[in-house]
Amino acid sequence: MRAPLVIAGLLVAASVPALAASSEADFKTAYAAAEAAEKQAGNLRNQWLTTEAALTDAKKAADAGNFDQAIASAKEAEALAKASIFQATSEKERWKDMEIR
Amino acid sequence: MKARFAILLATAALALCALASVAPRALAADTPDPVAEAKLFRDYFTNKFPKVKLEDFVNGPYSMNEDMHKQWLEKEEFPPYQFALDAGKEMFEKPFKNGKTYADCFPDGGIGIRQNYPYFDEKEGKVVTLELALNRCREANGEAPYSYVKDDMASLTAYMAFTSRGKPFDIKIPNDPRALEAYQDGKRYFYTRRGQLNFSCAGCHVQSPGERLRAEVLAPALGILNAMPIYRSEWSGMGTISRRLTTCNSQTRAVPLAPQSDEYRNLEYYLSYLSNGLPISGPGARP
Repeated sequence: MRAPLVIAGLLVAASVPALAASSEADFKTAYAAAEAAEKQAGNLRNQWLTTEAALTDAKKAADAGNFDQAIASAKEAEALAKASIFQATSEKERWKDMEIR
Repeated sequence: MKARFAILLATAALALCALASVAPRALAADTPDPVAEAKLFRDYFTNKFPKVKLEDFVNGPYSMNEDMHKQWLEKEEFPPYQFALDAGKEMFEKPFKNGKTYADCFPDGGIGIRQNYPYFDEKEGKVVTLELALNRCREANGEAPYSYVKDDMASLTAYMAFTSRGKPFDIKIPNDPRALEAYQDGKRYFYTRRGQLNFSCAGCHVQSPGERLRAEVLAPALGILNAMPIYRSEWSGMGTISRRLTTCNSQTRAVPLAPQSDEYRNLEYYLSYLSNGLPISGPGARP
């Protein structure tokens, strides 16, 4: 009778770290990934203003010690940067469809 | 057996014929033909707006709408670019510290030459715009270059454009593969979607001229640079071609490139070439 309770207790205890506030290390990882993607977009000459804004927001939140927000913004920046890379890649040939012929 | 061989042979021959007919077209699509393309470009706009006279396309949104055209005519009586024009004339004539002037840097003393810019410099292998040539002139004479997006450059180009008013754009593509490449690169930039809003230059100025984007009426791409630089009510001031291009990019939420980067120079070359024959009308005014 007690065993399931003990197991449930252990499971709850195990899940606590996941619910805890994000760390600076987590932020640095997320930010580095976003920066790398934005750099790639830059090499393709196709960065977006919104990506830059999300990167700035991430940095500001991290400076204020709000790492949950900082990570969320960094992840948003990474997603936007990846979308701009996709746009640049797909437009490499697709622009020709728009040409007046 | 023989019949099967004959069918196989016929199929192969058909496939070869199909390939032969497609291959030249595929090649042609990648090899620009500026003369033919300029004609197609012009035809597109004249067919889309049969009531607009060819030379009126240089008036941008004012050529698209009768009421706006009337407003423009009234505006031209006391044009908002007049101050810039006066300042530009003064700046153009004032000698540099070394005693030379802008006139020493340009053919015909810089008067009535706007229609020949941008040109392809075969020595440099790149496109040279008027704004770039002006700053190079300043630097060659020991002066600091002007910002490409601010008033001084707009005033200077306003004066130079004014001395070319009515002269048709006369952009040349020399027999140099690099010039054709610059033209093609400008075209690629013009039609490529960019920014979070996924717009290309063509999305607004080919597909939607005359339509409203919020309160603005979009200008046709044909003749779009003939009126530059422009006074824009939205900016409460003058704007150069560099300012116009970087602003267009940021409006689509793209990070603008540096003014006078290769892409912008090539874009200006491409667009100006397509407007060959249309008169210079700068400086202009826009809502």
